[in-house]
Amino acid sequence: MKFGVLVNEGPYTHQASDSAYQFVVAALAKGHSIQRVFFYHDGVNNATRLTEPPQDDRHVVNRWSSLAAEHKVDLVVCVAAALRRGIKEEVLAPGFRISGLGQLVDSGIKADRLVTFGD
Amino acid sequence: MKKFMFVNRKAPYGTIYALESLEVVLITATFDQDVSLVFIDDGVYELVKGQQTKGIGIKNFSPSYRALEGYDVEKLYVDRASLDQRGLAESDLLVPVEVLDAQQMGELMAQQDVILSF
Repeated sequence: MKFGVLVNEGPYTHQASDSAYQFVVAALAKGHSIQRVFFYHDGVNNATRLTEPPQDDRHVVNRWSSLAAEHKVDLVVCVAAALRRGIKEEVLAPGFRISGLGQLVDSGIKADRLVTFGD
Repeated sequence: MKKFMFVNRKAPYGTIYALESLEVVLITATFDQDVSLVFIDDGVYELVKGQQTKGIGIKNFSPSYRALEGYDVEKLYVDRASLDQRGLAESDLLVPVEVLDAQQMGELMAQQDVILSF
């Protein structure tokens, strides 16, 4: 099955990004494909390379970047939501790209299922 | 063409969900898809007439709901119990809507391809 994923909350405050990541890893392991992961609302904060969690904690941002590098998962950050929150090209972690909301609609159209994580 | 439903559950101010949901709705409308909106729980407040936001220093975006018609977004559904619980009536709303009970709402949701809930 081809999944689109929507992440609506930022890292650490909310578990949404962790759950989305685990969902993507599990789906890929089962042989499904991930059409795109789209970051909206505070979810755009998952894309900044300025993130520095304590050493003994998981690195939510780098984990997404690794996934993009290993599985070519398309990580898209909503431009309008990002600019509102100070997320710009110059702070993007590897593997993320900034684009429009049309990319979310495109996921809804092309994916078999669009799965939302967050409130 | 797919059937997209946007479920609005939150008050218009206090969090950004209502506003950013509306932004997705407007973009989706340009993709020539079947778009419908549902207002449920505190989401019904998004459509209440006479919103005045000067005191909180946040832009009143409620006139945008009136513009939806211009984007051919005309399917707006409101949950009856959510209105009743808040002492609201259809006449308090700023756009024409169809008021549904929970069962009708459920049936409508079951027909959708994509449901985004904000």
